[in-house]
Amino acid sequence: MSEKLRLDPIACTGHGLCAELFPERIWLDEWGFPVIEDGELSGELLGHARRAVDACPTLALRLERERRSTAVRSDLRPAGRKS
Amino acid sequence: MPIGAIGSSSTAFWYLTRASGVVSLLLLTLVVALGVADVARVSSPYWPRFLTDGVHRRASMLALVFLAIHIVTSVLDTYAPISLLDAFIPFHSAYRPLWLGLGAAAFDLLLAVLVTSLLRSRIGARNWRLIHWMAYACWPLAVIHGLGTGSDVRRGWMLALDVICVAVVLGAVWARVRMAEYPTTAARATAAGLSAAFVLGLAIWLPGGPLAAGWAGRAGTPVKLISSLHSGSPARTGSR
Amino acid sequence: MSLAPGQFPRLLAGMPSSGALGLAAHQALHGPLTLPPRQRSRTGHPLILELERAGLRGYGGAGFPTATKLHAVGAQGSPPTILVNGAEGEPLSSKDLLLTSRLPHLVIDGVLAAASVLGSDRVIFALDEHARGTARALQQALAERRELQHRGAPAVTVNAVPGGYLTGQEMALVNVLDGGEAKPTTTPPYPFERGLKGRPTLVSNSETFAQLALVARHGADWFRTLGTATDPGTRLVTVGGAVSYPGVVEIAGGTTLKQLIGASGGLAQPIQGVLLGGYAGTWLPADALDLRLDAHMLLERGLRLGSGIVVLLPESACIVAEVASVARWLQGESAHQCGPCINGLQSIADALEELCARGDRRRTYGRIERWCELVIRRGACSLPDGAASFVTSALRTFRPLFEDHARHGACDACVGQRVLPTATVDPVYAG
Repeated sequence: MSEKLRLDPIACTGHGLCAELFPERIWLDEWGFPVIEDGELSGELLGHARRAVDACPTLALRLERERRSTAVRSDLRPAGRKS
Repeated sequence: MPIGAIGSSSTAFWYLTRASGVVSLLLLTLVVALGVADVARVSSPYWPRFLTDGVHRRASMLALVFLAIHIVTSVLDTYAPISLLDAFIPFHSAYRPLWLGLGAAAFDLLLAVLVTSLLRSRIGARNWRLIHWMAYACWPLAVIHGLGTGSDVRRGWMLALDVICVAVVLGAVWARVRMAEYPTTAARATAAGLSAAFVLGLAIWLPGGPLAAGWAGRAGTPVKLISSLHSGSPARTGSR
Repeated sequence: MSLAPGQFPRLLAGMPSSGALGLAAHQALHGPLTLPPRQRSRTGHPLILELERAGLRGYGGAGFPTATKLHAVGAQGSPPTILVNGAEGEPLSSKDLLLTSRLPHLVIDGVLAAASVLGSDRVIFALDEHARGTARALQQALAERRELQHRGAPAVTVNAVPGGYLTGQEMALVNVLDGGEAKPTTTPPYPFERGLKGRPTLVSNSETFAQLALVARHGADWFRTLGTATDPGTRLVTVGGAVSYPGVVEIAGGTTLKQLIGASGGLAQPIQGVLLGGYAGTWLPADALDLRLDAHMLLERGLRLGSGIVVLLPESACIVAEVASVARWLQGESAHQCGPCINGLQSIADALEELCARGDRRRTYGRIERWCELVIRRGACSLPDGAASFVTSALRTFRPLFEDHARHGACDACVGQRVLPTATVDPVYAG
């Protein structure tokens, strides 16, 4: 089954390594906290996702199967930002 | 013992152990400095956060490799009576028990950090961070171990390297405390106090200790080794 | 004696003019409650099916189907704890305190019925620590219930919890009762799986239990004789602002705003807007009075009654100042655990205050809506979501007023006292 990125907003302290390692789906808001976008994670993207999860200093980012993500937004990306 | 009987190849082990020890210390210094930079969230457009973190992790694994070489070669070398167990159990060895033991302690801490880091997702962020904090003790233990057991401690280049390592770590810690958004007086005082104590301790201990004559005996080198040195057995360079 | 199907009010039936309705009077009014017999399966109980047929949903703000919740808790495999959420941290709402103070036996009926169905051995009533009068009334009512002395009855306690907007949040309530802070923690696991002391816990609002008691006595068909198909039954609404008799009113589903205002004695002053759903709700223009308060229809329009709150904002108030004041209060009530909430609510509150006092000198007015977007679903609870809804709907409904403030800064009405309250317990219940 497909996996989804899930962020624990309490554990997250905005280090930002996830956005550096997986800019295709994660970007930082103006306060340095990650916005995670919805979408299929397969193949190469899954590899980047795993690396981002591994790099998180506070273990706030996880890969989970199926459970509904609380911090997954596809509508927030500012205009003009490339995917 | 078969290996000892080979003769000059056991000298190679002794050289290797010294060299790998120095490299381990340098790597460990790098690891600590990068760890501090990681926490301080240092980054620039050309040096992203994941690079600090990545090099920190990989340098620590490289340090472990060199430490393994350091330990194995010191065991294989037959001149000093060091067993494999001595690397894991502090203060257990017959050779300079205290100073070698500090190295064993540092090694144990490093192992704890590495194991917990590999199992990080299983043990949770809190437990992992707790053990990682204990790793701060690793580095000063390694420095003092090197000064206490190191064969090259009186060499100019070794002393210079030691000074550089100490300067790098203390500098990193200082910079971190100053950079903190709300540096508490307690944090500043602790950092200042520990740094001063460490440097002062070294300054007081070194001249009358490792840098003075007769250190080998006082450090716990077995008597027969010291006497063998004076009786002219297989030549070994380096001060004892 | 019991309530006829079309009889109204239901929840507030027999409301005494002062003090609480005693057990004898309560039973004379509603008839005795025969607790449903225990079944072997916690989830197959006929009462759960009846609740589902009745379409009962929670009245704490989330509107979660009650039958589903009972089923989920019951399916967990160990006897659940029941937690009656009477914390009511929303300043605009006082219906739960009213019910618990004046008609406690109806709430207790519902709790005991649920306890019987689920085989609970423990019941906790959570009340704001300042609502001492309410706590006393509840304790007295519980003392009257002989069945609680019997062997096999659940252990019942009344616990005081600190006041605060977040204390009523499910997870925060469980945490504070377990000795921690009144702050939400990451879910899953949810309370129905792992709640108080790690056991499955049914957390529901006081009014929800009272409604449950009605369905337990009279059944789903009776329940549905009032209200609409999509919003069956009745509910309590706390009406505030420019009405002659602000307070708690019971309405049937589908009642219009105009009728609600009528039940509150009519408008006391001309109004400029309507707030629906409290500080996590949405604003409507003053001409929206024909709006039907049907939960389903409201949801389709992106509106919510929340925990049953309607405020009629008088023309004399300054909406910008009111919104700024509430935004700042919400920021203060945050648990300060999640970056987007901490930063977002701060930026929003700062910008609104600036707007109110000095106009748009810092060019932050245009960014408020963006900040509101940025905090939604990025926290551990829905406090930021509610704040975002509250602020955004105000900006959109009263745009000319905000633009005016952007250009000119403070207006005459800004100077006056705030209409929207930020204290969480009405002194009436402090005893």
